[in-house]
Amino acid sequence: MADLTKGPRGAKPRKILSRRNIMLYGILFVISVYYLLPLYVMVVTSLKGMPEIRLGNIFSPPVEITFQPWVKAWAQACTGLNCDGLSRGFWNSVQITVPSVILSIAVAAVNGYALSLWKFRGAETFFAILIVGAFIPYQVMIYPIVIILREIGIYGTLWGLVLVHTIFGMPILTLLFRNYFSSVPEELFKAARVDGAGFWGIFLRIMVPMSLPIFVVALILQVTGIWNDFLFGVIYTRPDTYPMTVQLNNIVNSVQGVKEYNVNMAATLLTGLVPLIIYFISGKLFVRGIAAGAVKG
Amino acid sequence: MHSISVRDLTLNFGSHAVLKTMNLDVAEGEFIVLLGPSGCGKSTLLNCIAGLLDISDGEIWIKGQNVTWAEPSERGIGMVFQSYALYPQMTVRGNLSFGLKNARMPKAEIESRVARAAKILQIEPLLDRKPGALSGGQRQRVAIGRALVRDVDVFLFDEPLSNLDAKLRAELRVEIKRLHSRLNNTMVYVTHDQIEALTLADRIAVMKGGVIQQLDAPQVIYNRPANLFVAGFIGSPAMNFLPGAVVDGGRSFRLGEHSIALEGYDGRAVDLPRAILGLRPEHIAIATDPRPGTSLPAVVELDEPMGADSLVWLKAAGQQMSVRVPVERRLEPGTPVYLHLDLPKASLFDAATEQRI
Repeated sequence: MADLTKGPRGAKPRKILSRRNIMLYGILFVISVYYLLPLYVMVVTSLKGMPEIRLGNIFSPPVEITFQPWVKAWAQACTGLNCDGLSRGFWNSVQITVPSVILSIAVAAVNGYALSLWKFRGAETFFAILIVGAFIPYQVMIYPIVIILREIGIYGTLWGLVLVHTIFGMPILTLLFRNYFSSVPEELFKAARVDGAGFWGIFLRIMVPMSLPIFVVALILQVTGIWNDFLFGVIYTRPDTYPMTVQLNNIVNSVQGVKEYNVNMAATLLTGLVPLIIYFISGKLFVRGIAAGAVKG
Repeated sequence: MHSISVRDLTLNFGSHAVLKTMNLDVAEGEFIVLLGPSGCGKSTLLNCIAGLLDISDGEIWIKGQNVTWAEPSERGIGMVFQSYALYPQMTVRGNLSFGLKNARMPKAEIESRVARAAKILQIEPLLDRKPGALSGGQRQRVAIGRALVRDVDVFLFDEPLSNLDAKLRAELRVEIKRLHSRLNNTMVYVTHDQIEALTLADRIAVMKGGVIQQLDAPQVIYNRPANLFVAGFIGSPAMNFLPGAVVDGGRSFRLGEHSIALEGYDGRAVDLPRAILGLRPEHIAIATDPRPGTSLPAVVELDEPMGADSLVWLKAAGQQMSVRVPVERRLEPGTPVYLHLDLPKASLFDAATEQRI
């Protein structure tokens, strides 16, 4: 008879180098390298001087680290007649992004709140029409908007672009907020009404404080979208109010003189920095908000 | 003066009538329970009284005021919800004072009211916590407190105990009853739990299909149900129904080849070809000998001991019946017995109209 006391006991031992783990982490590693390589090339190139770049070893780390390309991209690179680098575009972009983000989120939050909790006659139709807006290609509307902006006298100004961004952000953001507020228990809304809170009272004191995740989602979507926007920026502004993306394009695609790859790389990295920072700060909340908004349609 | 008066209230959702010309008068200090299966319109009626739903027709009066078009906050009501509906980002104190702040009440008054409500409900140690840090029972206490601080005469409860476990539910039920006897304000309480209804109510309104089927004291509802629906809905285990006919000028009930004398039954004396005799399980006794005229032969099928008493399932005249007996009395399946029927406590229904005769 077998010795029953020698049977397995306690926690089951786990093999770290199992076939499954090797496959899993191997694939993850390869994919990470694949996605990180271009970023690596950009960073090292931006830190090299031009003579070193001309040697052609794009993967080799810089022998002599120089921040000169970054300085030049930020403060000296020329676009057209202006030679004050990306800094001008950066501040333009800030001036476009901040009011656009605040305005579009504020309007969309109120929209979503009204559409989900204060259902009025025709609310569904109104919402459906708004959503259709998300599926119409932007290009169709470019010229009509130019005319509208010209007629109301804000064509070529920052405020014109802010208005355009607010309008184009509306469908998707309203959808986002409507779905989020639909998932708020209805009894909470009823309780607030019995407690005498009105439309704005319930919105500002009950709904907004419990909606941080969805506001973060909207913030990330809008900051990224508006900061990275090129098309509207180039159409609805003038050269001295060009956003950073347009200026970046003008620097990188300039046909005069020698192509300064290190400056281009630094300029591109600088331009991408803002959305990246926003994402790293609030990424966790972003995922939570997306999940919460998806619960109920 | 009635505390609440609902007059000819009608509510349509599209073409579907949810409440049909409903009338309900609630006396001052009365505890009314709206009871019914889900979808019967009981919560809808409560929401109409609260002003959370706009009605299609009729009037609602509270405390002598026509509040049909008034906002919920103007109606002088406090409301407690099933899901507690506490504001998650506010402390208990914030939850209690939110409505008072909206009414622009002086700070000192708010504080004294919150303190008083917290004392009554024994939630003083919880005042600075957020709802997330409270248990279900504590949350519901806070929700009741939110109605309490409003210092109103009418309390509306929308299935307040349904989210709690059985033990807490029994505890809070007693607490609500105690609260009512202490404050003596009008309470309208929606539930689908008949125990809650029978224990709490001064009067129960049994609802089905947007219509009040019967509105009466719990004992009357239990002992003299107005129709088949009420008879079947109230009571657990359910009433036994025996289909048959009333014959001999209303003096006896024919059940197949058996005849039961309707001795002591106080209904109208008419013959009916199709009638239903209803008997609660505790109004039947099991005996070994027949009793002429008021007994039925039966065969034991199963017995279910339920702790305090035991439920015996039998077959009599082709019908399944249940009888409540003391738990010590064990009956083997297959035993032939006689059922002695307590006819003065029976209910007789017209099978066609389903109304009590």
